[in-house]
Amino acid sequence: MSNKPKIAFYWCASCGGCEESVVDLAEGILDVVKAVDIVFWPVALDFKKKDVEAMPDGSITASLINGAVRTSEQEEMAHLLRQKSQVVIAYGSCAHTGGIPSLTNQFAKEDILKYVYEDSPTTVNPNKTRPMTEYSDNNQTVTIPEFRNVVRTLDQVVDVDYYIPGCAPTPGLLKTAVDALLSSQLPPKGTVIAPDTALCQECPRLDSKPQDLAIQEFVRPHQIKIDPALCLLAQGLACMGPATRGGCEARCINGNMPCTGCFGPTSRVIDHGAKIASALASSVEAKEEDKIEKSLEGIPDPVGTFYRYGLAKSLLRMNNQIPRDNNQIITKEQ
Amino acid sequence: MSENWEPKIIAFFCNWCTYTAADLAGVSRMQYAHNVRIIRVMCSGRMDPQFVLDAFAKGADGVLLGGCHPGDCHYIEGNYKALRRSALLKTMLQDMGIEDARYRLEWISASEGDKVQHVINDMAAKVKNLGPLGLPKKFADWDKEMDDLEKKIENKGEPAHVK
Repeated sequence: MSNKPKIAFYWCASCGGCEESVVDLAEGILDVVKAVDIVFWPVALDFKKKDVEAMPDGSITASLINGAVRTSEQEEMAHLLRQKSQVVIAYGSCAHTGGIPSLTNQFAKEDILKYVYEDSPTTVNPNKTRPMTEYSDNNQTVTIPEFRNVVRTLDQVVDVDYYIPGCAPTPGLLKTAVDALLSSQLPPKGTVIAPDTALCQECPRLDSKPQDLAIQEFVRPHQIKIDPALCLLAQGLACMGPATRGGCEARCINGNMPCTGCFGPTSRVIDHGAKIASALASSVEAKEEDKIEKSLEGIPDPVGTFYRYGLAKSLLRMNNQIPRDNNQIITKEQ
Repeated sequence: MSENWEPKIIAFFCNWCTYTAADLAGVSRMQYAHNVRIIRVMCSGRMDPQFVLDAFAKGADGVLLGGCHPGDCHYIEGNYKALRRSALLKTMLQDMGIEDARYRLEWISASEGDKVQHVINDMAAKVKNLGPLGLPKKFADWDKEMDDLEKKIENKGEPAHVK
């Protein structure tokens, strides 16, 4: 095998969009493949877990892991790749801050399984059969991974060196990260590889943002005809630009849609949702309690809106009321 | 919950009104529940919702915010910002399963030492009634589920890649 740096890709709880963003490098991927060996990439290449286990510790230059961590299998692969890699990069919103999968931290595991296997409109399951994590027959035991109570970010499971934000990250950010790896000019550990300024700074509509927003009422994108030249906040849309990290090339804004916050917060913010709630609420014009509440009616689900990509990384992490399984450890005699 | 458990309440009081009122309560020898830890901020408008969530995440059972009455803010508009943020924050706390009584916003002017006493006593009683929030312990409990992976792998004699 050549002496080129080795790169691994892996996906945990994710939609596949992050893998797509790697392919979106288009012909740029040829330069990457010229410079590195891809040693593990379940989506695209036929390497197995045992191939990774056979590698010496620390022999992979960098593992780019996307997706949040929900199952024991994902946990195990994260630990395995951590052990085999010099650098672990959390790739995309889900690995970075929990992403869409972590919105399920509002619900109990039992409610999720019950909905998926019994109640959802497209499910026909009269016997209410559910998969078991372990099944024995004829002295043979088959297992499937455990489904955890909580969705976690990658850095809540293993040590993470760098983060590439975005749902999905732009090919440009991936290129920046790969170039940094190849040139050995690595930023300090823990760096999020994107500018550390709010999206508003790079927004093409910044000039039309009024000094005092004085929002009368919040509206949702389908309720108005959006002016393509005017600041979205000035139109009453809950745009998360003021509290969200830039670097996405303002793709949603250019598509005439408000920012939904996929790049996560800047380095000075610890709780993205609280920060954007603070920014938006204080921009409301009303001064009386009932009028303030009326103005805020256009944000019917603040947790789902403000923590759309980051509930796992939020300070509260999960709905505090829901019951969890007892964490019983199954130790089967071999 | 043990019989002797006492709630911890973090109170953010604005410099110009509520903190001065707490001072007044002090020099007037008014007694109030000892559960409260007062942090002085220059204005209730300085109050970032992150402070409230961080207080809960670090083990507070309740958070109290005190500011000047509407129209009386030293910085003209700061308390209105606090009011608007509180409205949204309350919905978020409800959705995250944190009871209403654990977060409270009160207008207390510099002369209302007795109101400081009343609000703190009332809130301490209500939070005590709810019991501990105990988020740090809950976070630790949730993460225990990851330990069983390590045990399982040990039992199978597979190479250990779990710390």
